[in-house]
Amino acid sequence: MTDKSYDLIVLGSGPGGYVAAIRASQLGLKTAIVERENLGGICLNWGCIPTKALLRSAEVYHNMKRAADYGLAAENISADIDAVVKRSRGVAKQLNQGVTHLMKKNKIDVIMGDGKISEKGKVTVKTDKGEEELAAKNIIIATGARARDLPFAKADGKRIWTYRHAMTPPEMPKKLLVIGSGAIGIEFASFYNDMGADVTVVEMMDRIVPVEDEEISKFLEKSLKKQGMTIMTGAGVKSIETSDKGVKAEIADSKGEAKSYDFSHVIVAVGIQPNVETVGLDELGIEPDERFHIKTDGMCRTNVEGIYAIGDVTGGPWLAHKASHEGVIAAEAIAADMGKGGHPHPMDPNNIPGCTYCHPQIASVGLTEAKAKAAGHDVKVGNFPFIGNGKAIALGETEGFVKTVFDAKTGELLGAHMIGSEVTELIQGYTIGKTLETTETELMHTVFPHPTLSEMMHESVLDAYERVLHM
Amino acid sequence: MPINLQMPALSPTMEEGTLAKWLVKEGDKVASGDLLAEIETDKATMEFEAVDEGTIAKIVVAEGTDKVKVGDVIAIIAEEGEDVDAAANAKEGGEKPKQAKEEKPAPEKSDEKSESEPKKEEAPKQAPAAKEAPASDGDRIKVSPLARRLAEEKGVDLSSLKGSGPGGRIVKADIDAAEGGTAPAKSEAAAPTPAPAAAQASAQPAADDFEIPHSSEKLSGMRKTIARRLTEAKQTIPHYRVSIDVNIDKLLKLRSELNASLEPRGIKLSVNDLMIKAQAVALMQAPDSNVSFTDDAMIHYHRADIAVAVSIPGGLITPIITSADTKSLSVIATEMKDLAERAKAGKLKMHEYQGGTASLSNMGMFGVTTFDAVINPPHGMILAISAGIKKPVVIDDSVQIATIMAVTGSFDHRAIDGATGAAFMKAFKETVENPLGMLA
Repeated sequence: MTDKSYDLIVLGSGPGGYVAAIRASQLGLKTAIVERENLGGICLNWGCIPTKALLRSAEVYHNMKRAADYGLAAENISADIDAVVKRSRGVAKQLNQGVTHLMKKNKIDVIMGDGKISEKGKVTVKTDKGEEELAAKNIIIATGARARDLPFAKADGKRIWTYRHAMTPPEMPKKLLVIGSGAIGIEFASFYNDMGADVTVVEMMDRIVPVEDEEISKFLEKSLKKQGMTIMTGAGVKSIETSDKGVKAEIADSKGEAKSYDFSHVIVAVGIQPNVETVGLDELGIEPDERFHIKTDGMCRTNVEGIYAIGDVTGGPWLAHKASHEGVIAAEAIAADMGKGGHPHPMDPNNIPGCTYCHPQIASVGLTEAKAKAAGHDVKVGNFPFIGNGKAIALGETEGFVKTVFDAKTGELLGAHMIGSEVTELIQGYTIGKTLETTETELMHTVFPHPTLSEMMHESVLDAYERVLHM
Repeated sequence: MPINLQMPALSPTMEEGTLAKWLVKEGDKVASGDLLAEIETDKATMEFEAVDEGTIAKIVVAEGTDKVKVGDVIAIIAEEGEDVDAAANAKEGGEKPKQAKEEKPAPEKSDEKSESEPKKEEAPKQAPAAKEAPASDGDRIKVSPLARRLAEEKGVDLSSLKGSGPGGRIVKADIDAAEGGTAPAKSEAAAPTPAPAAAQASAQPAADDFEIPHSSEKLSGMRKTIARRLTEAKQTIPHYRVSIDVNIDKLLKLRSELNASLEPRGIKLSVNDLMIKAQAVALMQAPDSNVSFTDDAMIHYHRADIAVAVSIPGGLITPIITSADTKSLSVIATEMKDLAERAKAGKLKMHEYQGGTASLSNMGMFGVTTFDAVINPPHGMILAISAGIKKPVVIDDSVQIATIMAVTGSFDHRAIDGATGAAFMKAFKETVENPLGMLA
């Protein structure tokens, strides 16, 4: 067994870990990455990317069904869930190979196996050939998170699914119960609804997608109901019984009245929990928070010198791009400490955009109107509907709106909330604006191209200052 | 590369200014630190120094031009070795095609240098970037739009800040930190809209309507600033006034004794200098009047910087005696003389008239018996000093003659309650009437 020594070892190769490794290597750090399953982590293999491939199939299918609206004919259309899943797996595989290539290109040693921090500056990796001991001046924990279980509804992959099963379903569900209406729950609900399943969503909070602006929740609920989905908010699943035929679920509605419902399958999407058990935190004295996430400062440092943590394992928002950005910060911080010229800048959580790829899509950044008010801001709010936008009408996508929230006193862009076609591609505009600390003036003076959906972003800003043009 | 000399922002609020006078002419060689021009802003006339070395290739904006926007090119400097004529024309965007041809040799001539020159330019730029680059890099201040707006509203001088954003950019957090940490500069403290004042002005009937013989004079920048700031003060600050009579006989006696002993040093204390000191000492004794009111915090100052109203041609300005509570009278007298002279010449630097913790206005020399003054935001109070007048007063149950000075303090009731203001006036009276305390 050869002992190897590195400037940096990254545990986990998800979008946080592999990006951290690349940036560290760019900064001249000798870097290794340890991965127990697939390079690219959940995001690329079992999360963001393959679900987007599934949702794209659902979208094409949905559009085929309304071909006549566009003067086209598509008859006898059908969906083959196996073929749809196969395409999704193919996409994941392609990107997984892409990460392999990136590691090679950046001269990062990839060690496949279970990594554990055996002591400060030492990582032991259980590989299929035995144990390997590595030394590292710095360690980044990027082990991510996994789906949280419901104690009475343990996922079995047959009738009760986590996101992972839902991505490679053994069969097409006929009548699907989705527990939880966060991004993951709503995306699968939307996918299976588009694919033809009868879908019910149960959410404990009083509205779906509860982290979004209230107007977005309301609009989405209306839209999903129109598409035939059943939505129960303020409701809770009391028990689940599975049989060969299907699932019996007892659901208490918002008034507390419990009733029994039959489903063919259940997706449990009630949040995630960090992967910290096998890292060796206790022995090192690394502090977790009350929900077992690793506590870090703005430079992603844990309370133990030389050990950093990034991504889902450090808490929400549980988003790949948050993990990647923290990966860069941690790599820069380490390089700066080693005198290799990193320039770390802490991230402002209010500048992290969130995207949900249900149909219609949701995208947002910054404070919701309610949160802005709660934080003591006098707000100016703008709102512009898709129906007022030429491109949206031409596309036949007139459902949705763009909402902007400004501080009335300083003109600071506090938040933006969008729902509708392609808004996930638009939100970056506001995110750049927020990161640059833009005020309404610069946004108003920006020339937006015509005809595009992005014009709605301009109009929403104008509306906040009572200058909207096309309304 | 010829250097574009831009209209500088000489104060955080300056958007445009008057190019009052050129101190150089085309063809002059200049070095860093040389005075190039005098620029008049709404507050003062300031000298503009060269940062770069070279030859003045072209003066783009003639002297006497007003409303020159900050950032506009006012002159072009050719760097050493550069063809001055070419430099002068280079920035004009091919004015004459014929000349453009003749210019060709110029860039070729500098070809040999062009290899080393860019390096020379880049090297120093990269060096600071390796650490935290300074927010201001020559003319460019790296600042976010929001931070710029907040700085303007709060009167924070951007050029004095170090940015914490990427590349040393000044961001909102830096303004918040600067504002919390230091006394807010007094300009624009709470003036989001000068609109009400402007609207009122235009609503006034014009003299024209009544055919009264008159002449009309364009408002100077200073006059506009005075109008805006004092309107704002009267409209937003709930003023109340507290008056007190002060016997200054002992103070006058002390002054003549001190002046006699200071004569060899060429220093002469004025009553005003003693008033500055007395106000500062009293503020330290009654510190609850040494405050500023802001929307979300009371600022308690830990030293007394007295802004003294000085009448100057066309208006007034308030140069500041900083730490007047700890400075000796002779230092105050010397500084005040210098500040007043330079104020009258329009040569004060921005930091010399921005800031302060309280103000003083003295009209004693005009023999006024009593008056009150408008608070100068963000200060919480201003002291109005009238003339010392000999009067019959009752002292120890007998009528005697004493020199009495009426003093009126105007206080911002949002920050200083009546009893607090009165306590300050009492402390001021005691300080003046027992003037030896000011020497210790």
